[in-house]
Amino acid sequence: MKTVDLAIVGAGPAGMVAASEARGHGLSVAVLDEQEAPGGQIYRAVEAVAAQAPERLALLGEDYAHGRRLAENFRVSGAEHIDRALVWQLEPNGLWYLRDEVCHELKANRILLASGAIERPVPIPGWTRPGVMTAGGVQILLKSSGVVPDGRVVLAGNGPLLYLLAAQLLAAGCRIGALVETVPYARYLEAVPHLPAALGSGYLSKGVRLLRHLRSSGTRIYRNARDLRVEGEQHAEALCFHAGGHEVRLDSDLIVLHEGVIPNQQLTRALGCVHRWDDGQKCFRPETDEWGNTSVEDVLTVGDGAGIGGALAAEHAGRLAALEVARSLGYLQTRERDRLSTSSRRQLNKLLQGRRFLEVLYAPPEERQSPPDETLVCRCEEVTAGQVRTAVRTGCTGPNQVKAFTRCGMGPCQGRMCGNTVSAIVAETQGITMEECGYYRIRPPIKPIPLAALAAAEVDCELDDVAQ
Amino acid sequence: MTGKPASGTTDLAVIGGGLHGCSLALQAALKGLSVVVLEKDSIARHASGVNAGGVRRLGRHPAEIPLSLASMRMWHEIEELVHDDCGFQVSGQVKVAETEGEMGNLRLRAEQLRSQGYEHEVLLDGEELYRLLPALKRGCPGGLACLDDGFAEPYRTTQAFRRRAEALGVRFLEKTRVLSLEARCSGCRLSTSSGELEAGVVANCAGAWAARICEQLGEPVPLEPIAPMMTVTQRLPFFVKPVVGTTGRLLSFKQMPNGTVLIGGGHRGRAEPQHNGTALDFRRLIRNVQIAADLFPSVRGARIIRCWAGIEARMPDDIPVISRSSTASNVLHAFGFSAHGFQLGPVVGRLMSELIVSGESSLSLKPFSITRFQRDRPAATS
Amino acid sequence: MFRRLSDPEKKVRMTFEGQDITAQEGESVAAALLAAGITHLRQTPVSGHPRAPYCMMGACFDCLVNIDGVSNLQACVTPVREGMSVHSQVAEKDLLHEDG
Repeated sequence: MKTVDLAIVGAGPAGMVAASEARGHGLSVAVLDEQEAPGGQIYRAVEAVAAQAPERLALLGEDYAHGRRLAENFRVSGAEHIDRALVWQLEPNGLWYLRDEVCHELKANRILLASGAIERPVPIPGWTRPGVMTAGGVQILLKSSGVVPDGRVVLAGNGPLLYLLAAQLLAAGCRIGALVETVPYARYLEAVPHLPAALGSGYLSKGVRLLRHLRSSGTRIYRNARDLRVEGEQHAEALCFHAGGHEVRLDSDLIVLHEGVIPNQQLTRALGCVHRWDDGQKCFRPETDEWGNTSVEDVLTVGDGAGIGGALAAEHAGRLAALEVARSLGYLQTRERDRLSTSSRRQLNKLLQGRRFLEVLYAPPEERQSPPDETLVCRCEEVTAGQVRTAVRTGCTGPNQVKAFTRCGMGPCQGRMCGNTVSAIVAETQGITMEECGYYRIRPPIKPIPLAALAAAEVDCELDDVAQ
Repeated sequence: MTGKPASGTTDLAVIGGGLHGCSLALQAALKGLSVVVLEKDSIARHASGVNAGGVRRLGRHPAEIPLSLASMRMWHEIEELVHDDCGFQVSGQVKVAETEGEMGNLRLRAEQLRSQGYEHEVLLDGEELYRLLPALKRGCPGGLACLDDGFAEPYRTTQAFRRRAEALGVRFLEKTRVLSLEARCSGCRLSTSSGELEAGVVANCAGAWAARICEQLGEPVPLEPIAPMMTVTQRLPFFVKPVVGTTGRLLSFKQMPNGTVLIGGGHRGRAEPQHNGTALDFRRLIRNVQIAADLFPSVRGARIIRCWAGIEARMPDDIPVISRSSTASNVLHAFGFSAHGFQLGPVVGRLMSELIVSGESSLSLKPFSITRFQRDRPAATS
Repeated sequence: MFRRLSDPEKKVRMTFEGQDITAQEGESVAAALLAAGITHLRQTPVSGHPRAPYCMMGACFDCLVNIDGVSNLQACVTPVREGMSVHSQVAEKDLLHEDG
């Protein structure tokens, strides 16, 4: 079996930069990623778009095109790129992955998890209907296929990605029926103290540009919307909400939901890394030191998977983690590591400070932490918020007990879509904090794998099958 | 929910909020005792909540058969006892013989049981076997079955016992660790992480952590923590009703009412009681999956959704300790169920409560004495 | 619900429930199906309600389909291939392949 110095899970900005940096110091590196091409979700298909669809590259904007350079550096770095690889089990010095329905094992002296973010689930009544998608999902269709929404499109929620998507869709010639903002008015006041730091980061000027563009396009904007729900039985037909003292019903063919992103915790949880509730970002995140070292020996995590910082921050964090791994494996002196890290460290800090404004302004509205009883919180097993509350009241003291009792989180998505909501409901019903409440225990495989593939894996140890 | 601090006095303090602890608490409360259950984590957190849920008389050690039969009668009336059906379903349990040699062993077993007067296990010829298990690989000569056996939902079951006990006044103290136990002739003094407690009688139902209590009592036991591994698939169409085991290899295989298939009973993972946890060993787990795929070829197309291991403990002879302490007359033990304690839960609680109230149990517990390994240990246990 | 900005340049032919679909090389099965106007990819095993791709990044598992006889594949992370035969995953029938 092969052993590498560093196995990186995820070929987004953090993973690509870490791989290139580590190779530069002589480490052997393998990068495993589910996609066919590097880029992660943020730079998804960037190489192909640049090569084959220059007009699409233009409408997706400069920030997206920036990913091309990262991919180029990564391609020539000499890191092994194991594409279409589904990492389904991690151990402190190795991992198992599935590729073309075959299981493989890889040993690594260090593991860097750079599996990025997932969109924060937006559990509102009717969000499971066809005709409802996430903003990230719609953007991926645009990036990787040049496929855009048609008909009556409503964007609802908050956060930079929602406005960016709106601008990109307008640039692609789409009409947007309405933008329904779920930012409570009070948040604007709360965010003001963080404005100066945001001014220095460049986020703000981008945001203002996007909003102006949207308004000039004639898109109807609803503010301070609450009590969102989707109507329609077999397919979403309308988004209903309360805004400005009125009940509003917007007929729609496609409802696009987004309320920010949260770390994808599946890998770090499965490994047993310590996680903390980040009340600023309103999400759980793995505990790390300034280099990305987790509480589990030889395992690091950086990028949005370690706490939301955005794509540029992920690059710098990826470089820092690579330097730390190079030091810990003896490829660099501590002094060298520190010297090489000063620029990235400074830029990373600046970027992170600027985010505080966004975190406060675009914190998910309270109603999302406490959805109405009829809302399906577990999309897979179709468990409602009301059922979760009942389970808590009848003695399920934590998320894992709720899971055992209701099957919430036991379907194929393994809790990705319901984990945060279930913790929030348990915490609220019990009158405890999110930190006290905790989260599901994540069990391998990290994604479902074919039984036949596991059964076909070679077992290199002697086992006596005779019944005891 | 953690109740009031552990202070004051009680007739019975149960250490461990698993199925056996909850069952004993319920039975003792039914007999009028005041009971406190001390659980270091949460009720049904370990083996009682995550085991495979088999409700099985089939293949029991001869010493366990009387208990298992009595417990089975209780399972068939479980709703009357705990006001919840516990998801108990009669599905049958079948032990498959894959070779003529294995079939011979099963015949021998059936004859031995018959000669002792037991008729719950029945031999199946090939035709009967395939009528019960049409999806089984070809070429198996027969099997042994208990057609009235079945399975239940472990977490729900343990919670049902707890809720019923709570309704009868039992106090459950979760996140409460027993720090020390001092047994005197007048009663026992427990120092816990949430206070001091005086108890007339103490019951050690602490599962994989039971040996610590025994050590404090000066009667160390050869209890080995184990971590049975479980694998569950996505939902599949119904293709197997009984719970299936094998004769010459390690497997327990069943399809749940929701369509998922549970593969257990095989090679084990690593138990880490000091960390309160377990670690899966995928090399061994792969072997378990291979055996399942060999027996039921059609399951190869399924996807595995989740694997886990629960923490349990076994005794060297794979039968439990259900016994009065050999050093303290007002302490009792029930632990070491060796990965097949779930079915025994209802009856063990009842027998223990009988011991406490009348000093006698209605079924003999002699084979389960804590002293049965003491002669193997030289006196030098200090 | 969706349209393509331009016709596929490198075409890949596949089918959904027997219906011919033209996809762009390199895109995911889910993108190809949405672009072709197909919005109901599966029924849930619990209530039988229809579902469609939701997250497009492999997290939600709502785009599970049967491809060339293999069920429970995520359409959003599976690239299109020439001649692929895709079927909607209906509650009870997506199960076992016949080799037993």
